[in-house]
Amino acid sequence: MANMIEKPKQSLPEKLQQGATAAADWMQDSQFWTSIFRPGSIFRKGYTDSPRNRSYVIMNSVLYHLHPVKVKRHAVKVSYTLCLGGLSFFLFILLTITGIFLMFFYRPTAAAAWSDIESLHTQVSFGLLVRNMHRWGAHLMCLSVFLHMARVFYHGAYKAPREFNWVVGVILLKLTLLLSFTGYLLPWDQLSLWAVTVGTNMMGFTPVFGDQVRFVLLGGKQIGAETLLRWYVLHVLMLPFVLVIFLAIHFWRVRKDGGISGPL
Amino acid sequence: MTEIPEHLLKRSQEAKAKADGGSAPPAEAAASSDDDGETIPRSLLEQSQQEGGPATSGGGVATIAPPAMAGPSGNTHRLLTVVKSGSIQDVKANPGDKVHVWPHLLAPEFTAALFITAFTLVFSLFINAPLLELANHNATPNPSKAPWYFLGLQELLTMFDPMIAGVTIPGIVLVLLGFAPYIDRNPSNAPEDRKFAICIQTIHLMFWAVLVIIGSFFRGQGFNFTYPWDTGLHGIFHL
Repeated sequence: MANMIEKPKQSLPEKLQQGATAAADWMQDSQFWTSIFRPGSIFRKGYTDSPRNRSYVIMNSVLYHLHPVKVKRHAVKVSYTLCLGGLSFFLFILLTITGIFLMFFYRPTAAAAWSDIESLHTQVSFGLLVRNMHRWGAHLMCLSVFLHMARVFYHGAYKAPREFNWVVGVILLKLTLLLSFTGYLLPWDQLSLWAVTVGTNMMGFTPVFGDQVRFVLLGGKQIGAETLLRWYVLHVLMLPFVLVIFLAIHFWRVRKDGGISGPL
Repeated sequence: MTEIPEHLLKRSQEAKAKADGGSAPPAEAAASSDDDGETIPRSLLEQSQQEGGPATSGGGVATIAPPAMAGPSGNTHRLLTVVKSGSIQDVKANPGDKVHVWPHLLAPEFTAALFITAFTLVFSLFINAPLLELANHNATPNPSKAPWYFLGLQELLTMFDPMIAGVTIPGIVLVLLGFAPYIDRNPSNAPEDRKFAICIQTIHLMFWAVLVIIGSFFRGQGFNFTYPWDTGLHGIFHL
């Protein structure tokens, strides 16, 4: 008889695990992989937590545009910043993502806008959920930008050398409110029409050229189909474009002015 | 350099005198502690005093006149200068307490991003964004309200002429806010030095907060004052 002693058989999960490890190794060794994840990336093979690699994580990635390799210890204290500026930025990203989704289902015409939102609620998978996130995220962003401004003021963080970044911040606050306000009209329901009517009536009080400003913004004497198109373009293209430019200046100046302000 | 309290100086002098076997008089100990904390080794000082050289201290560089001959024990080496590090190289007094952005900043940022996304998602699962009837120019809702962040302005319009409430007050506020760093010349950021600025800003923020709350919850039909617990929020408050 043949030798009955056999090698211990590998179970299927073990085999699968070995196969997966081999595949991952092969992938991580490939030129394709190493060209994407530069030295220091946590996705590279054999990443170890060393001061050198911690520096490389930032230096060798796109994050270097936002963050330096090292910051002062107090700058990472959540109790100091309350993360409000960061939260405002995350909300902006969240609003961009949900907003792009909404754009697929929305036409900015007086005849179609409202029914598009209506069918978004009932016909589109996750349509209502994404619209909810867009709306509540927008309110949250107004709030967090406002609170960020209050936090910066109470810390005296607008003082030299950060004076100009405060000015940029005030512009960003206004842009945020304008973005929210232009978005308010787009559902084209009773709430948006009359809220925007009340809001734009205030613009008419601007001295000297108030009526002209109002006319340009509304595309006529009163809110109508022209207004909807104008505010749609403002909301999805022009204001985000301007906001991103000022955001870039804002973040860049934080670093150029020596990081965030010091402790009290 | 921070000033060292008198009693600590005295104590350190006593301790030094004790360490030297009590032989050195306290006056000498005081002299050697003149230079900011970095003492010249005692043996060298004594040697230089024996040689009659001036035991200079206090400046960055202490020079001693060269002796005419070899030392008493036949030494041919002598102390020429004591050069303190600060005088010839730029020593950072405080190297700065820095931490790596990864993971000390990125990890909390990522957590915050996850948290705000989860919060918005869960909130959106339970509460729907409003969608009223199709816009109708002929049916003015009562009350008609601006979005909440403009309700402070709308509230002002009930009190003042539009020229004041809609233009002058918000205009002045925005200009003052934008130019705050150039108006507030106080360099300190310690709260105790900024009582006036903090007062003004708190009054300003509360001014808008109170107006927005009144406009949102306490204005009913015809934008007349009402209590939300009397009329309910239905129809008077939308987000």
